[in-house]
Amino acid sequence: MEFFVVQFLTGLASASSLFLAASGLSIIFGVTRILNFAHGAFYMLGAYLAVTLTGQWSGPLGFWGAILVAALAVAVFGVITEILLLRRIYHVPELFQLLGTFGLTLILQDVVVLIWGPEDLIGPRAPGLEGAVEILGQSVPTYDLFLIVCGPVVLAALWLLFHRTRWGVLVRAATQDRDMVAALGVNQKWLFTSVFALGVFLAGLGGALQLPRDSANHMMDLSIIVEVFVVVVIGGLGSVPGAFLAAVIVSELNAFGILVLPKISIVIVFLVMAAVLVVRPWGLLGRQEGAPRQAPGATIHPWRPLRPPQQIAVAGMLVLAACLPFFAGNYALNVATEILIFVLFAQSLQLMMTVGGLVSFGHAAYFGLGAYGVALAARSLDLPMMPAVFAGPLLALLGAFVFGWFTVRLVGVYFAMLTLAFAQIVWSIAFQWVEVTGGDNGILGVWPASAVGGATRFYWLTFVVAVAGVICLRILTFSPFGYALRAVRDSQLRAEAIGIDRLRVQWTAFMIAGTFAGTAGALFAYLKGSVFPDYLAIPYSVDALVMVLLGGIETVSGAVVGAVVYKALAIWLVSQTEFSKLILGAVIVGLVVLAPEGIVGYLSKLARRIKWPLASKRDPERPAGSSEKIMRPDKEKESAVGFALKPSPAGAGSGGVEAGSQENSPPRMTKAEP
Amino acid sequence: MRVMLGIAAALVAGFAVSNGPAWAADEIKIGEINSYSRLPAFTHPYRKGWQLALEEINAKGGVDGKKLVVISKDDAGKPAEAVTAANELVESDGVVMLMGTFFSHIGLAVSDYAKQKKIFFLAAEPLTDALVWAEGHRYTFRLRPSNTMQASMLAEEAAKLPAKRWAAVAPNYEYGQSAVAAFKQAIAKKRPDIEWVSEQWPPLGKIDAGAIVQALAAAKPEAILNVTFGPDLVKFVREGTTRGLFKDRSVVSFLTGEPEYLDPLKGEAPVGWIVTGYPWYAIETADHDAFLKAYQAKFNDYPRLGSVVGYVTMHAAAAILEKAKSTDTDKLIAAARGLKLDTPFGPIVFREVDHQSTLGAYVGKVAVKDGKGIMVDIKYRDGADYLPSDEEVKKLRPQE
Repeated sequence: MEFFVVQFLTGLASASSLFLAASGLSIIFGVTRILNFAHGAFYMLGAYLAVTLTGQWSGPLGFWGAILVAALAVAVFGVITEILLLRRIYHVPELFQLLGTFGLTLILQDVVVLIWGPEDLIGPRAPGLEGAVEILGQSVPTYDLFLIVCGPVVLAALWLLFHRTRWGVLVRAATQDRDMVAALGVNQKWLFTSVFALGVFLAGLGGALQLPRDSANHMMDLSIIVEVFVVVVIGGLGSVPGAFLAAVIVSELNAFGILVLPKISIVIVFLVMAAVLVVRPWGLLGRQEGAPRQAPGATIHPWRPLRPPQQIAVAGMLVLAACLPFFAGNYALNVATEILIFVLFAQSLQLMMTVGGLVSFGHAAYFGLGAYGVALAARSLDLPMMPAVFAGPLLALLGAFVFGWFTVRLVGVYFAMLTLAFAQIVWSIAFQWVEVTGGDNGILGVWPASAVGGATRFYWLTFVVAVAGVICLRILTFSPFGYALRAVRDSQLRAEAIGIDRLRVQWTAFMIAGTFAGTAGALFAYLKGSVFPDYLAIPYSVDALVMVLLGGIETVSGAVVGAVVYKALAIWLVSQTEFSKLILGAVIVGLVVLAPEGIVGYLSKLARRIKWPLASKRDPERPAGSSEKIMRPDKEKESAVGFALKPSPAGAGSGGVEAGSQENSPPRMTKAEP
Repeated sequence: MRVMLGIAAALVAGFAVSNGPAWAADEIKIGEINSYSRLPAFTHPYRKGWQLALEEINAKGGVDGKKLVVISKDDAGKPAEAVTAANELVESDGVVMLMGTFFSHIGLAVSDYAKQKKIFFLAAEPLTDALVWAEGHRYTFRLRPSNTMQASMLAEEAAKLPAKRWAAVAPNYEYGQSAVAAFKQAIAKKRPDIEWVSEQWPPLGKIDAGAIVQALAAAKPEAILNVTFGPDLVKFVREGTTRGLFKDRSVVSFLTGEPEYLDPLKGEAPVGWIVTGYPWYAIETADHDAFLKAYQAKFNDYPRLGSVVGYVTMHAAAAILEKAKSTDTDKLIAAARGLKLDTPFGPIVFREVDHQSTLGAYVGKVAVKDGKGIMVDIKYRDGADYLPSDEEVKKLRPQE
């Protein structure tokens, strides 16, 4: 009995530290709708600054002063980030803010090592709270008790701040209806900045308060970021009490779970999230969100299949690419093969994200299942390559079939996080089931058959599969199925009114995307010769997301360009420098600021500007130059679910987007993209 | 569209240029891969180690009158990137052999690549037994004492303890699992009376230390086996100390005596733990002295275990090339089998039967001196004494 009480207290202490980190994220998202990927980086920065400052200042005052100053310094840094980076990209599709903060995270990871060195740093223990207290005959660290108090205190302070101050009222108003608040004359800019500063302050504080328990190390950002996202989502987006509740549930389940199943920690948060989201699709204390998604900005320039001149240009490039083996060496061919595999992987995600409006944070699950499918068929069943290669897409399809059924019932961030939960569950199975998957050591010796072995032949095989895959996905986009998918994305109500079954259409899209991702994964397994749980893990999901966003989320095949640019750059940077993350992050941040519509989106915009300057002047309905400039969020509908794609003034409110936008568009308008 | 064409053209041009390595007849190129950006605390000292060795080798005229050149690549901690890097080194840079790697799964990925491409691979740091046994093959050799070897060294000390009730805490991945399994097996041979009362498997890098410490204490073990390291170790030690877990209990711990893991703990280093590690301040042999002086003179820093591993790996590579008198892979393998080498830890040999070197490790107890953790009562354990016999290895390792 005593033991269970103490274990419960221990769980509460963990819950408090988790909540401290998560509360800031919840606040930032609730108001600004920014998915702040850099939250973990701010947390890490708080811990590092606290190590430095506690080293300088001694005594109790010095210690607590250092913790506060560290958190404040991080908040200042957050404000600078907000003003310099985020303010420039509030108007673009929301995921770009995720991309921008992802770039920032990459930069900070290397910067921290440059400033503080590679070794883990340990800070002093909290003065006065070093020891332990006897509770029911068991020692409980005093600092744990302090944390247990700290969490509810912060929760209460936040509640008072939001309910008893004018600032809090404005913030809550902005959470519900940003445009109305703006219309009433509140300066939104500074409201957002102050909210961001508060959120980042809490992240820094959370990191700094870990000091007496943890070391400051350069991996702590990634080890916390996913967990706090999960906690925020379980609690319900924007709900601070929800985040607290979720932190307590997750921590207590973990504290007691390990007594029964010592290996449960690795997956427990994701199991909880999957269970909660399946039962309550908007989190524990989140509000049920309004009508689903809005028309994305892209629909004011409706997608068209490529016209003959473009087809010729693309065909020319394909011929050029097909001839690569005649003038490139084996290494270059292997890199090109890898890029092609990622082209297919990213394009499969683009079908879901752009055409379907379904943003997946766990697309690597299907990529990895594809890889494991072939590896298991080739190594465990000893099949030759020819039948084995089909096991990959099949396994991925099976995965997408099962997980898709659950996930398409959700919308927006909840959908994204449930895909992530399933991906993590699959990952932990691959990681834990050592007898079958080899666990962490993976499955080795998955090399292609000699008929397609060797750099050249395997390149051609990949080339054919990837090109055919991308063409298939494009054909699907412009098929009746693609139109149905776009219809449910743009207006669920109207689509259902004309007899389109949203769930079935989206589920089908999910399975198609999963199968193509699995195909890419199968090829990847043969390219690398070995398969590891890594392939199912978050970094590959993030890579795919970044590729689509870089290429342009409002384009049909931006992912192709995004994948080529990102993968080529990443491989080259890793090969040439040790600070690949720093440079890659800087490039991403630069692109987000300069070309927030993605590379292909930016080029299309340029092309439109150059070709039809007169047309836009003639057309009073059409915002000058480019309509993207003033894409403003559209009231609460947007804040509810306009997660992936924000509406544009021209697109909003017009269900017949195609027809409506054609009226507004210049006659020969088209998109300059492959 | 035009820009797309431009990108394509640039890529094509890039490939064309990068094709075809420039050869210099008086050079021998070695390819080196490690997780520099992912694990700088361990790999940067490692790099200093091989850089020092490389300098020494070339100062003595290189190998066979040819200058040794190392082309070093980062793998970003990902096996797929490591294979890409290996491929670049082999296909594009034309290296004669590969060396390096830290993580077990990355070591295995590169080893499998080496097998497929028939290129010599000298694994430096990966600890998994699979590298030379279950997944062993003729192209891969390994320097560092494996999981089972270190487990046997620790089990030997642990068997002397009176404790009968044991608990284990280890990171939940292959390294942790096989370390615990190997330790259990080794100690069971000497002490059949031992029972295991609790096991905890926190995820790597995400230990919930308070809960784990409580759970371990609840099982009332007399001794604890620890395999956590890095940030997890710091949390575990702090929580365990505060909650009195280590009071009147023996703890046996993998790797904790290595400066990489012991130094961050500073004055909170867990006194009395029986550990494997590298007490550079206490080794008094002429070979180590020479290495230590050279290292400190060059880098103005003390060596970590990684430094020794990098240093010895580089010298081993040079010795293999020297003995083979050729860069032909088969001749390199023949030369490496049974190769004898003097190291800062003493003489080692690469065993013919499983390509594992007999490099050993230091075993001792943790103490705190001047606010820093150190190892005391150190003993060097020669790896040769902890490796299975040829017959046993033949059962473990696929035969050619």
